[in-house]
Amino acid sequence: MDIFLQQLINGIVLGSIYSLVALGYTLVYGIMGLINFAHGDIVMVGAMVAFTVIHLLSGSGLPMFLIAGIGILAAILVCMAVGYLIEKVAYRPLRGAPRLAPLITAIGVSMLLQNLAMMIWGRGYLSFPALLPAISIPVAGAGISAVQILIVCASAAMMSGLSFLVKKTKLGNAMRATAQNREVATLMGVNANAIISITFIIGSALAAVAGVMVSAYYGVAHYDMGFILGLKAFTAAVLGGIGNIEGAMLGGLLLGIIESMGAGYLGAITGGVMGSNY
Amino acid sequence: MTKVLKWALLASILAILPFLTDFAFGKTWVRILDFALLYAMLALGLNIVVGFAGLLDLGYVAFFAVGAYFYALLASPHFGLHLPFWLLLPAGAFVAGLFGVLLGAPTLRLRGDYLAIVTLGFGEIIRIFLNNLNAPYNITGGPQGINLIDPIKLGSFALNHPVGGSIPSVYNYYYLFLILALLAAFVSKRLQYSRIGRAWVAIREDEIAAEAMGINTRNTKLLAFAMGASFGGLSGGLFAGFEGFVSPESFTLMESIMILCMVVLGGMGHVRGVILGAILLSIVPEALRYVGPLQESLFGKVYADPSSLRMLIFGLALILVMLLRPAGLWPSPTRKRELSAQGETAKHENDGVYDAGR
Repeated sequence: MDIFLQQLINGIVLGSIYSLVALGYTLVYGIMGLINFAHGDIVMVGAMVAFTVIHLLSGSGLPMFLIAGIGILAAILVCMAVGYLIEKVAYRPLRGAPRLAPLITAIGVSMLLQNLAMMIWGRGYLSFPALLPAISIPVAGAGISAVQILIVCASAAMMSGLSFLVKKTKLGNAMRATAQNREVATLMGVNANAIISITFIIGSALAAVAGVMVSAYYGVAHYDMGFILGLKAFTAAVLGGIGNIEGAMLGGLLLGIIESMGAGYLGAITGGVMGSNY
Repeated sequence: MTKVLKWALLASILAILPFLTDFAFGKTWVRILDFALLYAMLALGLNIVVGFAGLLDLGYVAFFAVGAYFYALLASPHFGLHLPFWLLLPAGAFVAGLFGVLLGAPTLRLRGDYLAIVTLGFGEIIRIFLNNLNAPYNITGGPQGINLIDPIKLGSFALNHPVGGSIPSVYNYYYLFLILALLAAFVSKRLQYSRIGRAWVAIREDEIAAEAMGINTRNTKLLAFAMGASFGGLSGGLFAGFEGFVSPESFTLMESIMILCMVVLGGMGHVRGVILGAILLSIVPEALRYVGPLQESLFGKVYADPSSLRMLIFGLALILVMLLRPAGLWPSPTRKRELSAQGETAKHENDGVYDAGR
């Protein structure tokens, strides 16, 4: 197998997941200048909810793609609700507060979600059911699995949908206006609070999908999977230029490719001194 | 005269506190007090960077790690070196300060979140290096860390031995940490109103205006990083001597975040508030360990996993405190004035006062 091509493919798949999560960070940051530390945990909630739903339905005899679809839908709905609630309870009351105050509540929310998840789903690794048959399509010496294709296609579709939403629709216009200057946007008849809520809901929906993707890709779900993922996605968002939607996509892809290339080659380049554990 | 009385009262309370705690809750709690004091020193250090100079640092624990490993490497059987602590502690603080400059220099032009991400990365780099520098040459002991570290010795008297066979060792460390924490608080306080401290505040409020006023922003910011880091290095050395064991596990990102929480929750930029925050946030999680037994005594059965319930309540507490007191539990008086004077205008997006989060 061609290692380079394989790592590139893996990197792109990983990167498109990062991009989806990074979009959530960037949307929220762009509109209210807040690092939403709880975003990674919303990803986790999405994965967990999908896991439970798929698990419950797996004995019902429905076709797998339908079960997966219902699972993803449930994850999206739950995450939207969670995102909305978080914004309403933990961030909205702090609109006029010092800038670091919402950061602390975000950390609090993150702890809350993680430990709630630990109480509900336990502390073990849950093995996530395979949503697609494990087939691998050979491409020039490397292999692409069906899950990988689905992940890349789905995230590309969602990202272009989001781009369209933000750039072309009235809602997107209102979002961009709120991001630029909340007071003036309000004067122009934009309901800034509603827009911020919607932003959170969109970001959470993306996070839910990303959560299902990452669990389906690695085959496991875990209560603290969101933390590191969120951190990486946040890095990706900053790398691409936080607050900028295309930047988040690019940053996510770059980070994914760098990570997988690093895992593949760092050991060889440094003669084994720095292994993939860096 | 009343002021003297107040201080005398405070001093005597602090002096007998370990005995009272031991009497009421047992020795474990004296140890928790020791850690609270250690965290107070750390939080005071981070307060210089975040609270005074307004530079959001998410990798502060790296300096703690540097101090701890510096002490551990030079006072343990690991390399067979046993240098005295009075040499190692200041040297550790100095080395951590150098690391502070190392971090500060490339990040001078960064602001807000970009700075946050670089500092976060720096913290992780240090931890990962500590975790992996056991091959090909074993420098840091890898994930196993370093153990059998020398205790802090005053003359021939090692602090980890009970005094006269009756006063346990946690007391010795309590008094040592208390003295150093008070020293750190004193230094912070003096720094705050010094020329440098005022320069930091000026940079926090408006960097461009500060530069226009003739402040050398580059050196002043570097100094903030170095000063903050040296506090971290000092506490790191104390931690290593106290625990007798260091491993990369003690220096995770979560630790940095906790220290940041202490600073913000207590009241950024206010020395007393920060100490309060540090002590509260190090004691509350320990106190919440009782949720397990409490459930048992109330309902006769443990319903929720105590360890996750404990952190859940802790997270809730963080949210509630910030919602009820957005400026921190004990904000500095000037800051309070600013907030009430600004009132509605504080809501403005580009409010420069709290630039640290940008």
